[in-house]
Amino acid sequence: MQPFTTLTGTAVPLPMANVDTDQILPKQFLKTVKRTGLEAGLFYDLRFDEAGGELADFILNRPAYRTAAILVGGDNFGCGSSREHAPWALLDFGIRCVIAPSFAEIFYQNCINNGLLPVELAAGEVERISEEAQASPNGFVVDLINTQVRCPSGTIFCFAIGDIHKQRLLKGLDLIGDTLQYASDIDQFESEQSW
Amino acid sequence: MAGKTLYDKIWDAHLVATTDDGEAILYVDLHLINEVTSPQAFAGLIEAGRKVRRPERCLAVADHNTPTEGQDLGVEHIDDAESRTQLEALAANVAEFGIEFMPMGARQNGIVHVVGPELGRTWPGMTIVCGDSHTSTHGAFGALAHGIGTSEVEHVLATQTLRQDKSRNMRVCFVGEAPAGTGGKDFALALIGRIGTAGATGHVIEYCGPAIDALSMEGRMTLCNMTIEAGARAGMVAPDDATIAYLKGRSGVPQGDAWKRALDRWSKLYSDADARFDQEIVIDVSEIAPLVTWGTSPEDVIPVDGVVPDPAQLTDRDRRAQMEKALGYMGLEPGTPITSIPVDRVFIGSCTNARIEDIRAAAAIVRGRHVAAGIRAMVVPGSRAVMRAAEDEGLDQVLIAAGFEWREPGCSMCLGMNPDRLAPGERCASTSNRNFEGRQGRGGRTHLMSPAMAAATAIAGHIADVREYL
Repeated sequence: MQPFTTLTGTAVPLPMANVDTDQILPKQFLKTVKRTGLEAGLFYDLRFDEAGGELADFILNRPAYRTAAILVGGDNFGCGSSREHAPWALLDFGIRCVIAPSFAEIFYQNCINNGLLPVELAAGEVERISEEAQASPNGFVVDLINTQVRCPSGTIFCFAIGDIHKQRLLKGLDLIGDTLQYASDIDQFESEQSW
Repeated sequence: MAGKTLYDKIWDAHLVATTDDGEAILYVDLHLINEVTSPQAFAGLIEAGRKVRRPERCLAVADHNTPTEGQDLGVEHIDDAESRTQLEALAANVAEFGIEFMPMGARQNGIVHVVGPELGRTWPGMTIVCGDSHTSTHGAFGALAHGIGTSEVEHVLATQTLRQDKSRNMRVCFVGEAPAGTGGKDFALALIGRIGTAGATGHVIEYCGPAIDALSMEGRMTLCNMTIEAGARAGMVAPDDATIAYLKGRSGVPQGDAWKRALDRWSKLYSDADARFDQEIVIDVSEIAPLVTWGTSPEDVIPVDGVVPDPAQLTDRDRRAQMEKALGYMGLEPGTPITSIPVDRVFIGSCTNARIEDIRAAAAIVRGRHVAAGIRAMVVPGSRAVMRAAEDEGLDQVLIAAGFEWREPGCSMCLGMNPDRLAPGERCASTSNRNFEGRQGRGGRTHLMSPAMAAATAIAGHIADVREYL
């Protein structure tokens, strides 16, 4: 997993509550057996018409936001299906950080496991970042080491993230390898389980 | 010290170790696997040269991509090449790692969350995971069961454990007697309508109360299934006589003396009287009407005798905008009585509502009646076993005579990964779990409701109040 330390990039505002993983990546793109190649499916029904033509109005299709690395979302971002294809598609598009007032649990965990940083901030703070990204999208900094979002205007927002998740992202840790260091504990647990 | 909740007890009993940085390593008793969320996990395992630690604790079932007709022709006759590839990948992976597999068309195939309990593989007190959010279904048996992502699927395959933060405890007590025409689906919608789709985020819910005691195992599965739509990690019901009666005699449960020992173990699975819950909610079901969704989130719930809500009455700007957007997508006007809304399709199926009790409820409504002109109505049983049971009872004939299509099992039009999906603009009465935009097909409009309500709607041709058909 690619470590996450500091990210500088374009922020795209998507101020919608309850963005579900069906919207982030519709079903037809779940049929892959790979983790990559999902860029075209990201927000498909919002980005493309039924014939596959781009919907010019949708913000990710606007020239200023096509290279966005930070998505500024709404409450309960990533609710619904457990599909890890949703964070894979975001990463494929180039999004490495989602800022929102709250996240659905499985989506949050899936982000952490893929080196995509979920940043939780108060609704008012997210709204201010969103407004700034509408006016001037470039030059946002997300600094995981100091747990800060720095806006181009100079405004700084500090965010909280669990230390375990922070360290995992900073190191780009192979979690399976790490857990396998506890193999003797797992062996013992299994030998003591009563059924 | 306060007593323990059921969740606390199961957690403690599965805690393998705590890592140096304080994270729990939790043992997984049963790992359910489907074809959609596992291929990348197996590929990762192979790439890293790792093995499946405990293949005997895994059960793989093909369900998301399976067409609901012509299953006997085999996977090679599925038109969609990508669906075929995914099903073939699962078959290859389970063969490589020695995992038990119920392929499409097999006698024990069906939706994994229907198959697990009916085979007796779901036990009280277990930890159960699957790369599917509706794994919460198994909580109906007093198991800690929840969905995981594909990276976690790979982690469980390799280690038989999960790294996990403990959730908070929430108790939802259903009191009163459920009126005729209401059941588990209405309980679930009532809760989600009350607390919202993020209302239980960070929590594990334990359901209790007289209305839960009186609820069948099928009804409890429906309720626990939709717990994820309230944002919770998992939902559970402490095992009782109904749980034991359901499990007894099923092939996957412990046999002989082991059954007796299991009963003893399971009898300790309850929340202590002095256990503390971080949140408590009480819902009186005695006054509820059958519930229906009007919008594009499972929290957009109204009673069947209600009207489509009016965004103009909301003061919160964001919520008003959200409601306007949902109404626009759904093609609905504020103030419209919900029972005046015509539908094009009716779907009775999914891991939420495709068990034998659900098929019986639908058949009881449509017996001697006929689906309204112009409506395409289908029943997709949750498993081959449900299908056989329904056919043994003659329910398939009742449904077919009423104008329903009687299909073969699978996830089907709950999410439309197989050929069953809505066309743009089509409106569907659906017994599934999500009414998200595009969930059942791009531009499709979904109204969630119980199987009996969906059956009544098929007969009426518009959303109907099942109480008029009882």
